[in-house]
Amino acid sequence: MERKFNLGEQLMKKQIVIILFIILTGLQFSSTFAQQRFPKPEFESGHVQPLTITPDARAPILEYLDMVVLLASLSLVTWLVLNKRSRIGVFWMSIFSIAYFGFFREGCVCSVGSLQNIVLAIVNPNYNIPISVIVFFTAPLIFSLFYGRTFCAAVCPLGAIQDFFLLRPVNMKSWLQSVLGVIPYIYLGLSILYAATSTDFIICRYDPFIGIYRLNATFMMFALGGAFLLISLFIGRPYCRFLCPYGVLLNLTSRLSKKHMTITPAACIQCRLCGDSCPFGAIDKPVEAKAVENRRVSVKRYSWLILTLPLVIFIGGWTGASFHETLAKVNSKVRLASVILENPSVLDEDTTIDIDAFKESGQTSAELFMEAADIVSDFYLGGWILGGFFGLVFGLTLAKLTIIRYRMDYTPNKGECFSCARCMDYCPVEKDAIINNA
Amino acid sequence: MAADKSNKKIARRDFINNTFRFSLVVGLGGLGGILSKNTLGTEMVWQLDASKCVQCGRCATDCVLTPSAVKLIHVYDMCGYCDLCGGYFRPEAKNRSTAAENQLCPTSAIERVFIEEPFFEYHIDKDLCIGCAKCMKGCGSFGNGSLQIQVNHDLCVNCNECSIARVCPSDAYVRVPANDPYLLKGFKGDGKKI
Repeated sequence: MERKFNLGEQLMKKQIVIILFIILTGLQFSSTFAQQRFPKPEFESGHVQPLTITPDARAPILEYLDMVVLLASLSLVTWLVLNKRSRIGVFWMSIFSIAYFGFFREGCVCSVGSLQNIVLAIVNPNYNIPISVIVFFTAPLIFSLFYGRTFCAAVCPLGAIQDFFLLRPVNMKSWLQSVLGVIPYIYLGLSILYAATSTDFIICRYDPFIGIYRLNATFMMFALGGAFLLISLFIGRPYCRFLCPYGVLLNLTSRLSKKHMTITPAACIQCRLCGDSCPFGAIDKPVEAKAVENRRVSVKRYSWLILTLPLVIFIGGWTGASFHETLAKVNSKVRLASVILENPSVLDEDTTIDIDAFKESGQTSAELFMEAADIVSDFYLGGWILGGFFGLVFGLTLAKLTIIRYRMDYTPNKGECFSCARCMDYCPVEKDAIINNA
Repeated sequence: MAADKSNKKIARRDFINNTFRFSLVVGLGGLGGILSKNTLGTEMVWQLDASKCVQCGRCATDCVLTPSAVKLIHVYDMCGYCDLCGGYFRPEAKNRSTAAENQLCPTSAIERVFIEEPFFEYHIDKDLCIGCAKCMKGCGSFGNGSLQIQVNHDLCVNCNECSIARVCPSDAYVRVPANDPYLLKGFKGDGKKI
C-alpha cells in the first residue's frame, strides 16, 4: 500500500515524546512499549483518557435460572400429564415454553443441540462444557426413563411451536412413517460424527426454528422454518418425528419408562374412540389373536435376521468408511488442504480469504497437510462407526417389522408417544370407574 | 395356570426394564458427573482472539445478527492519539480532514476529536459499527493496534455454535468463561494493562 502524504512531520513530534517518555518512566517499561510504535501521550491540557468499555456477558445467575425453569417445567408437565390428565394444562405449558425457551432465551442452549456439546466434551478434554448444558442433556432423558417423553410434550421449544401449529392433522400411512422414522438415526449419527471431529454442529446449523425465535435469520433459514410450520398444519410435528436426533435417545429411554401416560384412566373398554385421535400415529391398536402367526415360523425368521445383523453392520461400516473422504470435506481444514493440494499455485495468487489467512498464519503447506491427514483418518474410523451404526439401525428395523405382538387394548407406543395428552380427551372411561366384565 | 404364566412374563419384562433403567440412570449420572469435572462452573461465551485475527471481514457478514454482534472496541490504553490515524484515514486520503472521502470506515462510525497539538482522540459509535475490521487492519498496519474488534456481549445471543467461528479463516474464535469474556491485545479489563 502506498501512502500519499508523508509522515515525517508527524514522526518528528512523536520522536520528542518518545525520548521524553523513556527518560521519565525508566527502562522497566521499555519492553512493554517496544511493541507500540507510538506511545500513549501525556496530555498537557489535563485531558483524561476515556475508559474502554467492555459490556458484560449475561449474569451467571441466569444460567442457574434456566436450569431451575427446565426442571420445574419438566416436573409440572409430568404432573399435568400423569396426575391431572389435562391437555389444556399441557397446552399452556407449551405456550410458556415457546415464550421462555423460545423467544426469551432465543433457543440456545436447547437439549437437542446439547448432545453435540456432550459428544465434544467426551472426545475433547480441552473443551470446558458448561454445567447447564450437562443438565439440559441429562434431565429430560432421566425424566423419560420414569415418565415417558414429557419433555417433548411441552418443554422443548422446537416441539411446542410445531404442536401449536397443528390444526388439521392428517393421518400418515404407517409404512411411510416407518421409513421416514429412520432419518433421525442418520441425522443423529452424522451430528455425532461432525461434533466428535470438532467440524461442525449441524443440529444447530440447520435448526429450522431458531430464526423464528430470534426474529433474525437468513432468508433460507426463515424459508426452512416457514416450510416446517406449514407442514405442521397437517402433519403433526414433522421435525420431532422425522429429524430430531435427541428424539431418538428419548424414544429409546422412554420405552423403559416406569410410569408412562395411559389413554384411559382405568380399564380400556375397547370403544375405539381414541383410535384415530393421535395426530402422530403413536397409538398401537389391538392385534387380533388370529393375526399372530405360528410362533415357530416367526422365531426362525427372527433368528435369521438377527444372525445376518453382523454382516449388515459390516457392510454398513465398509460403505461408511469408503465415503470418509466425502464426509471429511465438510471440515474447513480438510477443504483448504485439498484445494492447495490440487492446485499449489493458488498460494502464489490471492484467491480467497482462507488462503490469504493461511499464508498470514505462517503455517507451511506440509504442516497443513499433516493436520488434514489426521482429521481424514479420524473420519475413516468415524466412517466405519457411522456406517456400522446405520447397518445396525437398518437391520433392527427390518427385524422389528417381523414381530407381531399380541395386544388387547389401545395403548400409546411408549417410544413414539410425545405425552401430549390429546387422546385422553377422547376416552369416555372415568377415573375410578368400575368395569363389570361379566 | 395361564394367568400364572403371563404374570411371570410381565414380571420378567419388568425386571429387564428395571435393570436397563437403573443402569441408564447410573450411566447418565456418571457421564454428567465425569463431564462436570471439566466444567468451569460458569457459562462459556464466544470471543475472538484479537491477536489471531486477520481482519478478513467475515465477522461483519456471517453473524446470525444483522448488524453483527462483533463491533470495534477502542483500547485507549494502547492508542497513540495520532494525528494521522491509520485506522481513521484511507491510505490514499487526499488530506487530513474528516471528509467522508478520506475515511476508512464505511459507516463513518469513528469520530475524530482534537485534544491538543498534535493529539487526536478517536471514539467509536457502536450503533454505526458493523464489525468489518477495516480500521483494525489500518491501525494494526500503521499504528499501535488499539482498534480491536470483539464480540460485544450485550448483543451476542451466544449461539451454541457461533456461525462466525465456523467460517473464521484463522481459528480466532474460542469459548471463554462468561465472567472474563474479552480477549483484547495489550489490555485486560478494568482499565489495566496486562
